[in-house]
Amino acid sequence: MQIKVLGTGCANCRNTIALIEEAARGKGVTIELTKVEDIKDIMNYGVMSTPGVVIDGKVVHAGGIPSRDKIDSWLK
Amino acid sequence: MSTLTETPAPHRQAPWFWLALGVIAWVAAYAALAPFADAVIASVGLTKQTHLGESVHFFFYDTPKVLLLLTGIVFVMGVIHTFIAPERTRALLSGRRLGVGNVMAATLGIVTPFCSCSAVPLFIGFLSAGVPLGVTFSFLISAPMVNEIALALLFGLFGWKVAAIYLGLGLSVAIVAGLVIGRLNMEDHLEDWVRVMQGTQSAEFDATNQSWAERLDAGLAHVKNIVGKVWPYILLGIAVGAAIHGYVPEDFMASIMGKDAPWWSLPAAVVIGVPMYSNAAGIIPIVEALLGKGAALGTVLAFMMSVIALSLPEMIILRKVLKPRLIATFVGVVAAGILLVGYVFNALL
Repeated sequence: MQIKVLGTGCANCRNTIALIEEAARGKGVTIELTKVEDIKDIMNYGVMSTPGVVIDGKVVHAGGIPSRDKIDSWLK
Repeated sequence: MSTLTETPAPHRQAPWFWLALGVIAWVAAYAALAPFADAVIASVGLTKQTHLGESVHFFFYDTPKVLLLLTGIVFVMGVIHTFIAPERTRALLSGRRLGVGNVMAATLGIVTPFCSCSAVPLFIGFLSAGVPLGVTFSFLISAPMVNEIALALLFGLFGWKVAAIYLGLGLSVAIVAGLVIGRLNMEDHLEDWVRVMQGTQSAEFDATNQSWAERLDAGLAHVKNIVGKVWPYILLGIAVGAAIHGYVPEDFMASIMGKDAPWWSLPAAVVIGVPMYSNAAGIIPIVEALLGKGAALGTVLAFMMSVIALSLPEMIILRKVLKPRLIATFVGVVAAGILLVGYVFNALL
């Protein structure tokens, strides 16, 4: 699955990426993780508060580090 | 238009019992602050009559007090944040006229979760939803400047009056600066791609359907995050304050930053504050040191506001969406507002 993390490079965005990678390893799910740092691209997803998470083109989270439970629920 | 789908979390009971227990423990600890500090200095054989005893007492009284206040206020704010997502604030402000809109924006700035790295997406998100430029600026000024950490620290260290004054003045600066920028009709000085973006739809995010268990979790997470980050600054600030409290003569700074200081001391404080970048917690040790040495409250609060509200890194990020003239106007208007507040405040007290 394709996961994109939207964020302008702040600490919360990096934490989010690390958390998702860790969760994916833990569950043995192969993911393709990309960072979206350009503000125009972020805005095009309609996300106002970063970090945001996009899975297969769909915004599933915005405005903070997602909880581990939430990440696990995405990685099915 | 894309829609955010909240993944439903497994339902569980909110830990009300633990919350009640926590509140009782918090109140008990707060009530025990003075006896605790007395016991600490007594146990090492000091009395409050000596310089050292006075300093040590101050440190062991103020540190737990400020940490307790901060934990309490940050927890409550963390829970409040779950009710007010930025998307909701934006919906409330959309289409508001100048005036009422500015007052609402500045007030919502206090309770809306805000991280300076989100400033630009928020800015564009607001504009694209039809929030006027002046109203958006009121939010952008108030959100970082008047926040729960600044208020909790001011309340803990200098009492509720200073915290209330900071709240009132911070809101005034945000409201008036937003009004002025709105009146100047500077929409042309937004970067072109931002103007194209206006009117586009954004993701809908419904934060209101969380369970209380999740809200309380969010409060705890907020405490862990914030208190975990700022406690070293607080320790440092109180240690500096304690040293000054016991030793340094009261009027050390009075001639440069005191009430009878020359007229240029206030503008100088604001100008020095602009390129400095710190959060509320980082600036508190300096504020405490300055106040302790006899600097005037208005000058110190103006300095604190300029450090928190105006910073070079923020300008650089804002440059992506604003043309230089609008940035210059923003800095000029806010600095002038802060200056005015400082003068008024020094004159009144």
